[in-house]
Amino acid sequence: MEGPRLELLRSDLLTFSEKILSMRRVDGSGAVSPGDFVVVPVDLTFATDGTAPLAIKVFEEMGDGRVWDPGRIVLNIDHTYPAAAEPIANLHSMMRRFAGEQGIEIQEGSICHQYILERHASPGMIIAGADSHTTTHGALGAFATGVGSTEAAAIWLSGRIWLRTPESIRVNVDGAMPRGVFAKDLALKIVGELGADGANYKAVEFKGSTIRALSVSSRATLSNMAMEAGAKAAIVEVDEKTRAFLRDAGREPLLEVHSGRYAEYSEVLDVDASRLEPLVAAPPRVDNVKPISEVEGIEVHQAFLGSCTNGRLEDLRVAADIVKGKRIHKGVRFIVTPASRAVYADALMDGTLETLARAGAVVTNPTCGACVGTHLGVLASGEVCVSASNRNFTGRMGARDSMVYLASPATVAASALEGKITDPRRYL
Amino acid sequence: MADKIRGKAWRFGDHVDTDVIIPYKYKARTLDPKELGAHCMEGLDPGFPAKVSRGDVIVAGRNFGCGSSREQAPLAIMGCGVSAVIAASFARIFYRNAVNLGLPVLESAEAYKSINQGDTIEISLEEGLIKDLTTGREFKALKPPSFLMELLREGGLIEYYRRHARFPWS
Repeated sequence: MEGPRLELLRSDLLTFSEKILSMRRVDGSGAVSPGDFVVVPVDLTFATDGTAPLAIKVFEEMGDGRVWDPGRIVLNIDHTYPAAAEPIANLHSMMRRFAGEQGIEIQEGSICHQYILERHASPGMIIAGADSHTTTHGALGAFATGVGSTEAAAIWLSGRIWLRTPESIRVNVDGAMPRGVFAKDLALKIVGELGADGANYKAVEFKGSTIRALSVSSRATLSNMAMEAGAKAAIVEVDEKTRAFLRDAGREPLLEVHSGRYAEYSEVLDVDASRLEPLVAAPPRVDNVKPISEVEGIEVHQAFLGSCTNGRLEDLRVAADIVKGKRIHKGVRFIVTPASRAVYADALMDGTLETLARAGAVVTNPTCGACVGTHLGVLASGEVCVSASNRNFTGRMGARDSMVYLASPATVAASALEGKITDPRRYL
Repeated sequence: MADKIRGKAWRFGDHVDTDVIIPYKYKARTLDPKELGAHCMEGLDPGFPAKVSRGDVIVAGRNFGCGSSREQAPLAIMGCGVSAVIAASFARIFYRNAVNLGLPVLESAEAYKSINQGDTIEISLEEGLIKDLTTGREFKALKPPSFLMELLREGGLIEYYRRHARFPWS
């Protein structure tokens, strides 16, 4: 790395986001401040069956060009996979046609964020994904942000994106998490504190001993849920755990970026993890966060474990430990959707899926299905779901008058056993 | 894009998310703005598309368009005939999507506070001026950076690229 860029990397004054945007801006004019508009190259971009068909339409309306670099684009058929209806099948087919013509990687049957974590994301990358939860990849120390379809098409053509340099919020988390409290509870705590637009246009940096103690999967849950406070990016800096994760995946970090000692934050939020308890976000907003004692006993028709937030192996294992040897409550649908083909295979091989299935769970293929209300777990009018996913908006998982309570995988599993929202600490 | 927009105000509250603007079950199936428009705002007001006329304006509170990155949200808003959105603030992806599609989005907390349901609104895009013709009050929207104004002026990113064979920031 040449002189000026190395100087920026070592700066004591810049946040993670300021560093990465300063170093990568195409005009090469040095350090940025919050509010500055910059143009940066995109190292990796992806889209889903929720966003790619519109991006392809836009791309083809802009001309008959080739994409700038097919090796930096991934298409994911994940939101409604396999197709649940003919019009959806036709949009999937459009994606396969485009990927074939352009020589782009297309994967089917893993949720994009889990697949990208497993196969592509790397520290120091600038990632623009056509899905809001692209912030997930900040868990590996990447600057990863969500875009829409037209923007994705523009990136496919140019390999670049404009960004407004974000202010950064520093979230310090210290203390050991008590029994029965998981990364999801911490994520809900943070979203509740920041509010639904508390991080809008801003970057979040997670710091502190609790974060360093978390697995990469748990960090991904935090970075993923930061989107629910509006975050543009949500960063966990690289450490030995990140490096071990990458080694196991056979990848090298692109660049390790650490925020400067004297970097300026627009806000600092301190969380004492040792004082946390299981939390739930009541409908219809993710920042409507309550201690579980306030909602315990609410009857549920469905319990959903899955999504880009909580469909990883550690999530499935926590749930399996809770339901092992028991039967879920009569009449409750306990839907388990592993986040990727790799997670599915691992959970199959180690007996996790067997435990869940014997307890009465319906184990589905990886898909966004239930979380976005398209298939494999759509809610009827008046139904209530306790869900390990990320959004509880009106009509999110089905009928306009259905209701979604967001919680940790442990709370979801315990609630499936009792048929009502249940404190998981009773089962741990 | 016409510089002046004139129509009726339709009020909504804070944190209007993209799931209520256009539920996934509809957007999974079609890219057609008219079909999407037929379900616009279904989560909050199922009869909304039938009441709207071209030129009408959505007036909303904080964090309009939060949630999913679905560009089908601004597409549905355009598809049902709404010509602009005024909000106290916008969620970032929604804002980018709207500008890329050429849907005028104007940020003004004052306008949200003051405009009543059904007021007649006139917007001069170039000046970012919002006039409530019913009450006679005027509001100045936050000025977007000039390259985004260029995009809006030319009707969105597709039109811009077709005309210039480049993007306004490249």
